[in-house]
Amino acid sequence: MGFIGDTVESIRSIQIRQVLAQIISLGMIVTSALIIWKGLMVATGSESPVVVVLSGSMEPGFKRGDILFLHMSKDPIRTGEIVVFNIDGREIPIVHRVIKVHEREESAEVDILTKGDNNFGDDRLLYAHGQLWLHQHHIMGRAVGFLPYVGWVTIIMTEKPFIKYLLIGALGLLVITSKE
Amino acid sequence: MHSFGHRANAVATFAVTILAAMCFAASFSDHFNSPSPTASVKILNINWFQKEANGNDEVSMTLNISADLSSLFTWNTKQVFVFVAAEYETPQNALNQVSLWDGIIPSKEHAKFLIHTTNKYRFIDQGSNLKGKDFNLTMHWHIMPKTGKMFADKIVMTGYRLPEQYR
Repeated sequence: MGFIGDTVESIRSIQIRQVLAQIISLGMIVTSALIIWKGLMVATGSESPVVVVLSGSMEPGFKRGDILFLHMSKDPIRTGEIVVFNIDGREIPIVHRVIKVHEREESAEVDILTKGDNNFGDDRLLYAHGQLWLHQHHIMGRAVGFLPYVGWVTIIMTEKPFIKYLLIGALGLLVITSKE
Repeated sequence: MHSFGHRANAVATFAVTILAAMCFAASFSDHFNSPSPTASVKILNINWFQKEANGNDEVSMTLNISADLSSLFTWNTKQVFVFVAAEYETPQNALNQVSLWDGIIPSKEHAKFLIHTTNKYRFIDQGSNLKGKDFNLTMHWHIMPKTGKMFADKIVMTGYRLPEQYR
């Protein structure tokens, strides 16, 4: 029959039910990952419940590649807490510690100043031009838990996309070829 | 049936499960530690006290900070972040917290300390309310674990008062 004939024959021999079952199980994996992520968002009240530390500005407490679990409760922000905040015009959120808090009497609005443990000065240089304080709407969550090293997986995958495609390809191949 | 892939998968899954269980157990064991830290802060001198050009009061002081935080350390403690904050009320603000000094304690051996320092961060009010102001000095600590949940607590020290006049 020759090489091409063999290949056509082997493709034809794949049963349609098996293929469908594999597609469904792949879909189950993807949707359950999504369910877990969205469930965490609801449980913690933070739009990104898990963040990876990208810089060394909180060393030696948090190193690059560590994972932080965030929680966004109704409790007011106080000094010493480690918060994740977004600055207007900056894409990547920052994880730093609160060093000053001024809370208004009647409106309960807060002025917050942050600093990285490993940085020499406070964060006013990182804030938007002319911004002196952070406010409640900048805060995405406060860090409540910590897991070392696990975040390296995402750092490697974002910095070396080749490895990401290799991994996705290998996993896809594994799903397609597995016979169970 | 028992191909290399299956065995590798089983071993990896088992290893990750055990690791997760150990991380959880290590973090949970922190709950059994009931620490008894002590702290005292003295204001040795008000170095200067003035109103800035923009109308905000600023004060510089020399502090004597002593504490024994060694009971906070467990086998799951990576470090303890400790800081002293001035806390006070003003007519405009229900709460003002200004960190004056902070430090990182890397190990139990360094957890008993006595430090003589001027305030590391500027003590600036929002407005001009600091003359004769009563305030608290609070020693806060945040325990950073090797893995798991972070803990925080504080000791509030009351009865501090700023001078009636700028100097």
